[in-house]
Amino acid sequence: MTDELTNVMIVGVGGQGVILASDILCEVALRSGLDVKKSEVHGMSQRGGVVSSHVRFGTKVYSPLISTGTSDAVLAFESSEALRFTHEVKKGGLLIVSTKKIKPPSGGGKKVAAYPEDAIEDAKKACLGTVVAIDAEKIAMELGNTKLTNTILLGALSNGLEITEDVWKETITSMVPQKTIEINLQAFEKGRAF
Amino acid sequence: MNESDSKVLMFGNEAIAHGAREAGCYFGVGYPGTPSTEILQVFAKFPGIFAKWSPNEKVAMEVGIGASLAGSRTICTMKHVGVNVAMDPLMTFTYTGVVGGFVLVVADDPGMHSSQNEQDSRILGKFAKMPVLEPADSQETATFTKQAFEISEQFNTPVMLRETTRIAHAKGLVEIGKWQEPIRGESFEQDNSRFVMMPNFARPRHTFAEKRSIELAKFSDQFEGNILELKSKEVGIITSGIASQYIRELLPEASILKIGMSWPFPAGKAQQLAEHVKRVIVVEELEPYLEEEALIVGIACKGKEYFPREGELNLDAIKLGLFKAGLGEKPAEPPIATEVIPRPPVLCTGCPHRGIYMAIKKIKADVFGDIGCYTLAALPPLSAMHTAFCMGASIGNAVGSALNASNPKKPTLAVIGDGTFLHSGITGLIDLYTSNANATVVIVDNSITAMTGGQPNPAAGYDLMFNEVPKVNLRKIIEGIGIEHIFEIDPYEFDDAVARLKEAVAFKGTSVVISSRPCALFPAKLTPDPYFVEDACNGCAACLKIGCPAIFKTGEVTEKGLAKVAIEESNCTGCSLCEQVCKVDVIHKMVKVKGASA
Repeated sequence: MTDELTNVMIVGVGGQGVILASDILCEVALRSGLDVKKSEVHGMSQRGGVVSSHVRFGTKVYSPLISTGTSDAVLAFESSEALRFTHEVKKGGLLIVSTKKIKPPSGGGKKVAAYPEDAIEDAKKACLGTVVAIDAEKIAMELGNTKLTNTILLGALSNGLEITEDVWKETITSMVPQKTIEINLQAFEKGRAF
Repeated sequence: MNESDSKVLMFGNEAIAHGAREAGCYFGVGYPGTPSTEILQVFAKFPGIFAKWSPNEKVAMEVGIGASLAGSRTICTMKHVGVNVAMDPLMTFTYTGVVGGFVLVVADDPGMHSSQNEQDSRILGKFAKMPVLEPADSQETATFTKQAFEISEQFNTPVMLRETTRIAHAKGLVEIGKWQEPIRGESFEQDNSRFVMMPNFARPRHTFAEKRSIELAKFSDQFEGNILELKSKEVGIITSGIASQYIRELLPEASILKIGMSWPFPAGKAQQLAEHVKRVIVVEELEPYLEEEALIVGIACKGKEYFPREGELNLDAIKLGLFKAGLGEKPAEPPIATEVIPRPPVLCTGCPHRGIYMAIKKIKADVFGDIGCYTLAALPPLSAMHTAFCMGASIGNAVGSALNASNPKKPTLAVIGDGTFLHSGITGLIDLYTSNANATVVIVDNSITAMTGGQPNPAAGYDLMFNEVPKVNLRKIIEGIGIEHIFEIDPYEFDDAVARLKEAVAFKGTSVVISSRPCALFPAKLTPDPYFVEDACNGCAACLKIGCPAIFKTGEVTEKGLAKVAIEESNCTGCSLCEQVCKVDVIHKMVKVKGASA
């Protein structure tokens, strides 16, 4: 049964827009005529914590949560978060990772664990699927607005999912502010080029 | 055919609000608490209804009862631990019964994502003799909400709709139904034998409730939300809520009794299942509630022998449990996660709690704490709070400790937020004052209920529907009790805060410190007003001890090998606390130059 389902996790740090991105993915699946569920835990994420959103779609979805290690794709908005969730990618799956680094507050402790500077390299070694690293923020800046980062990453994610480009573009058009439709579609294509 | 055309993707909590609106619910009342908060926030935006927060769950329940007695269809929402607070009126409300339909929504939090315990409210529903509905996805959540109002009025009883985090905060497709005109009462109709629950009147109402329970048990066996699917003769699964989704995904061939009404337990359907299969397994989150109900009616079954009683269930936990029960292959070892530096939740940049806790840490006290964002101050680097039980507990805890510790090593402090103080701290403060105990209460006043996402409390001056309402004055409440030693401080003024705290603690008896500053996020998020660190930073780390997420180690070191720090500009709100604690005067406010790019 699970074979008919697509499992996608979107992960990042509170405030990065994980929830909105997963809402867009849900809408894309919905517009493709599929059953959709998504789950995440609200609560303390607003305060700089880890955010992970599970999105599942297919003919019929029961569990809103993805079983460990069975994600077709994981989209990470932050490098070290990609490493934290690398084991969720199934064999032959896809890990899209933004090269963005957000270091957690250092705290006052003398022995604070180090931020994994080589997270992406480590993820490549550990991942059972393909890892695609993208400096999405840089591309977004070239397009003129860092807010386009997530659209670029969704573009890259779209390569790994069996949903038509038209549905993606139609959904983005309907969900972003009117004035930014054109630039968001450009951003999506930049991501899809990876 | 695109089935999804008529359906909308929504959270369980949104679905409850829609279900209530479709059922003609007029009045919504509750107290914010994760994962229940969004229900009333969504409901409050519908036209033609009235919705409000109350100061605590007991008051919300009492207000809801009054609304029902006046004839309105009423929804009352709270998290699981909130029901403990509301239990007193609830236990008697199930005797009187309703006038307007009454649905109590309780959101349990298995796994304690945002709670201090993981109690199972189904047991409270049974205890109170009220029907308990347990939805398993957003659609069922909407449907059950509507049915709950029907059951409430048909059987003259309040009904509990019990959801969990994974229902409340998961999205699924929901068919939007037609809105019924909201049912608003016209007038309270006196009926002392029903509504005055003194012994002589209460006894016959208890008899009524017991008779109703028998009728409800018959109803439960007919209830369409209790779904019996007879397939395989090998095994029958009794399950409910989110666990039923996992079972349907993993055991498509099993016979299943999917419980929608968990009290009264549908004994007839359960017996039908038991007769059809060789063995019965119960799969449910938290307590063995259904398991015990099945055992009571004589069904041999097992559940918690295979499935955990603690935490959330998920597909992996169910696979393992099914294997233990001899119903599946041994699941493959799950892939190992790479250990990565944790991101514990921290107080926001500019949070007013940071300054007051820095001052509290400085005076070295025993700090009896409470529930709110400021509970985070128990964690390093602030580590300045030493208990947390429930809403309002801090002051009572401090009273008891102060009265009993014969030789306290440190001053006794209770720290409580403004919302929590108004929720259930006032009575504790009265006890402190009238028992002559030696303790200081610090009210950390950010003028909002922040932890749950910025709901107005009685000190806010506006309500859930954003109407202007009168607001209470914290100082006048405290003065009204008779307390004279009141100190008001600004948590951004560190030295002054320490001095005032010392003064308050030095007083033998009851003293109160009110530390006031608006929340950094709600109602408006503070904008960047950054400070910066000079190159001359000597790596003393004094600023790191305040636990500000905008301050980070640059990776550069001083000649002595100490880590230099910097401030993330976009995240600094300019509270200046780091500047105030810097020992070498290298942190300064950034001066914006006109025309320069950001």
